[in-house]
Amino acid sequence: MSAARDVDVAVIGGGLVGSAIAWGLAKVGQRVAVLDEGDIAFRASRGNFALVWVQSKGLGMPEYAGWTVRSSAAWGGFADALKAQTGIDVSHQRPGGFHLALSERELEQREQVLKRLHNQPAMQRYDWEIMDRERLRQALPHIGPEVVGASYCPLDGHVNSLRLFRALHTGMQQLAVTYLPNHTVDSIEHRNGEFTIRSAGGEVRSGKLVLAAGNGNARLGPMVGLDVPVRPQRGQIVVTEKAAPFLNYPVVTVRQTDEGGVMLGDSLEEAGFDPTVGTGVISVIADRAVRMFPQLARLNVVRSWAALRVMTKDGFPIYDHSATCPGAFVATCHSGVTLAANHALVLAPLIAAGQLPSEQFEVFSARRFHVPAAA
Amino acid sequence: MSGAPELRDSYDVAIIGAGPAGMAAATICAGAGLSTVLFDEQPAPGGQIYRAVGETPVRRPAVLGNDYWYGERLVHALRASAAHHVPGATVWSLSRDREIGVSIDGAARLVQARRVIIATGALERPFPIPSWTLPGVMTAGAAQILLKSSGMIPHGRTVLAGSGPLLWLLAWQYLNAGAKLDAILDTTPRANRKTAWPHAAAFLLSPYFRKGLRLLLSVRRRVRVIADVSDLRAEGDGKLQTIVYRVGDGAETRLPADTLLLHQGVVPNVNLAMSVGIEHRWDEEQLCWTPVVDGFGGTAVDGIAIAGDGAGIAGAWAAEERGKLAALAAVRALKPDARRDLLPDEARVRLALAQVERGRLFLDRLYRPADRFRLPEGDTLVCRCEEVSARQVVETVALGCTGPNQMKSFLRCGMGPCQGRLCGLTVTELIARARGVSPAEVGHYRLRPPVKPITLGELAALPKSEVAIKAVVRG
Amino acid sequence: MFQRLPDAGDATLSITVDGKPVKARAGDTVAATLLAAGIDHCRTTPVSGAPRAPYCMMGVCFECLVVIDGVGNRQGCLIPVRDGMAVETQHGKRELER
Repeated sequence: MSAARDVDVAVIGGGLVGSAIAWGLAKVGQRVAVLDEGDIAFRASRGNFALVWVQSKGLGMPEYAGWTVRSSAAWGGFADALKAQTGIDVSHQRPGGFHLALSERELEQREQVLKRLHNQPAMQRYDWEIMDRERLRQALPHIGPEVVGASYCPLDGHVNSLRLFRALHTGMQQLAVTYLPNHTVDSIEHRNGEFTIRSAGGEVRSGKLVLAAGNGNARLGPMVGLDVPVRPQRGQIVVTEKAAPFLNYPVVTVRQTDEGGVMLGDSLEEAGFDPTVGTGVISVIADRAVRMFPQLARLNVVRSWAALRVMTKDGFPIYDHSATCPGAFVATCHSGVTLAANHALVLAPLIAAGQLPSEQFEVFSARRFHVPAAA
Repeated sequence: MSGAPELRDSYDVAIIGAGPAGMAAATICAGAGLSTVLFDEQPAPGGQIYRAVGETPVRRPAVLGNDYWYGERLVHALRASAAHHVPGATVWSLSRDREIGVSIDGAARLVQARRVIIATGALERPFPIPSWTLPGVMTAGAAQILLKSSGMIPHGRTVLAGSGPLLWLLAWQYLNAGAKLDAILDTTPRANRKTAWPHAAAFLLSPYFRKGLRLLLSVRRRVRVIADVSDLRAEGDGKLQTIVYRVGDGAETRLPADTLLLHQGVVPNVNLAMSVGIEHRWDEEQLCWTPVVDGFGGTAVDGIAIAGDGAGIAGAWAAEERGKLAALAAVRALKPDARRDLLPDEARVRLALAQVERGRLFLDRLYRPADRFRLPEGDTLVCRCEEVSARQVVETVALGCTGPNQMKSFLRCGMGPCQGRLCGLTVTELIARARGVSPAEVGHYRLRPPVKPITLGELAALPKSEVAIKAVVRG
Repeated sequence: MFQRLPDAGDATLSITVDGKPVKARAGDTVAATLLAAGIDHCRTTPVSGAPRAPYCMMGVCFECLVVIDGVGNRQGCLIPVRDGMAVETQHGKRELER
């Protein structure tokens, strides 16, 4: 048992959400400790597709579209800051992104979704378009004959998410963040304006607390008066051997990393806490990818994995500040890469200052789940 | 029988790996009347130890030795049995429900079995010395494969380096074949003799003892052996040109060389078993991960057993006996009324197993590889595929990374096509030492299918369920 | 550097390696054939361009990756050599068309 540590903010969870927030907090001068689990843990971050994605987000909550666009715009500066501090280039690219349709019906459905999205009152305006096959081929010369078209948004991009993870951890270390692995939290106590967090690895005391523990937030939230109704949702990913660059734009389910491997997704299963890979699902993922880019068929799969997304009922984030335990915050989403810039540069300073302005954040509160649906 | 009978969609027993354990198990299961399939990646049965025993161009028996030719018996018995041997079959997945993903001739198939015996054997322990990735540096196992399968021996300046019985066996076979060896650099730590000595008595009773001793003396008579090698590295521009070594605390010696054959023991080939979620424990004697199995090779996953060196290194004879035990368990489970006279007698098998396992501890202790050669430093590559160095691994532990899976995320080590087969043990041990904890506590890479590469096209062509399709194609 | 024992018989098959004719023995793998032909390296790595050659010969190290008949990243040690095969050095990353 290590000695109790005293910090300004304890962040529970060292994934993409927790790390970005911790880094942001340290950047504005807070003394931070990050409590993380061990080597084998669910880690929703593992399921990231490294997309910094805007298109089609926010149907049902236009504020989320605004939040997303803001993060996408700030991402370049965020990447630069990380590079300046750590020397690590996370390869952020924003060439615009595509969502391909393998049939006319898929394309129509896509267009409908995007129209509904953009027709929402108070919806963030940004460019998007439906492209036909001819135009699409100019950007994506390798598309297969089944691809009829796509939706395109110039704000979409991607990043090397492993290097992002490494940059955040290196950055945290340089900012003297105390990173505590093997500190799965058992209990949190709030007394006299202070939080005492107990774990098998030791105790931490802090003035503020941020729950960024993914699906673990459901268990931890009530300890500090926060309701965090999240559930696991399995996603599987396949990655190929390194190939010479051929795909210059991210496609929402197919992207080529800067190292050459082609990542393929994505899937959605309600499987509880079971992170097992199923041959069936990866076969369907492979099939769709090959139909989109037939030349992918020859590439070898070198790895597949599954991860459990952190999903709310409506799919939108929860950002909350506890009413009963002031100083306790929660941040959860399933777009930890896209929102990393906001988490680091917007959310963290607000947490450091002690509150989330309600005009901006009320919509993301878990209280929205308690509002009875209109009859 | 092998040849071209149609591969069925399901079998009573599926065995993966046609080494001694797999061949023995397949023969018995088929003999008992169970529908049996034996998948093997190689074009002919034999595994690695009996590699190419049916078609080796090295016909003079004295070259490879009697122990090698013994394998012919197993191959004949297999071929005479009703087991369906499928060569050129790469198994890339195995589910807990015993659905096997196999790739044959560029096409992936799924085969269901009621019982599975994993007999994927062993592979060489990594030997990460500086510049071990240079062309011209290979494993002793590779050299044996070239000899057995292709009748090839090295020419030019050839050095063997490392520790363990297989190194001496290779040297002996090479000398028999007329190869010239410049030197054998023995990296066996001197201190091992002390820890091994208490177990020598048991080894004296082992069938390996007299053979081993004769072999050793024969090699030492004909090749320069340099003992107590404490430091070793390869050097060269684009390929191996020089070997640099040190004896004890002595000065460095430079040895021009064209071929360096490394060996410091073999370890279980665990990737398929781990990908099923079979529990493995750290074996501090053998310094590797071994699966948790019962007396018949049975694992905690219903219907899946592991036989042979994959269940723990014990050599070819032990592998054969363990294959028999796994087969017995399969037969008892699926065909309890099978004729007893078609089955081996369990007591006799266990007696034989005990005999060939005698002295194992002595060998493990005597040939325990030095820390120096398991725990590289500085720029020495740990992960050959992603070119990650020892320094990077250690620095990342200092960043707070506690285990190999997080290490993968930080550095990409273990993310290459070999899926950690050549770096896993090194990464685990480096992290353990940097953290001051045991490898058991650090853990191992989490593996999932495919454990061998298959093409996207193959994967895409597999039959798909409605459930799987719904999971991916949404709206 | 490897050579064939007289026992091994003659290398009667003909293949090309990076366009140059090489003799091969029926029953050998592509990797063994390359070693017998005295190639220095069979690929350069996609990460740094470092030269590599077969290491384990049993399909677990993935160092023996070569282009065979226009298809890249094939494990030479698992593929039997065939008359007329065209083998090429695998330069770095796999190309999509190969």
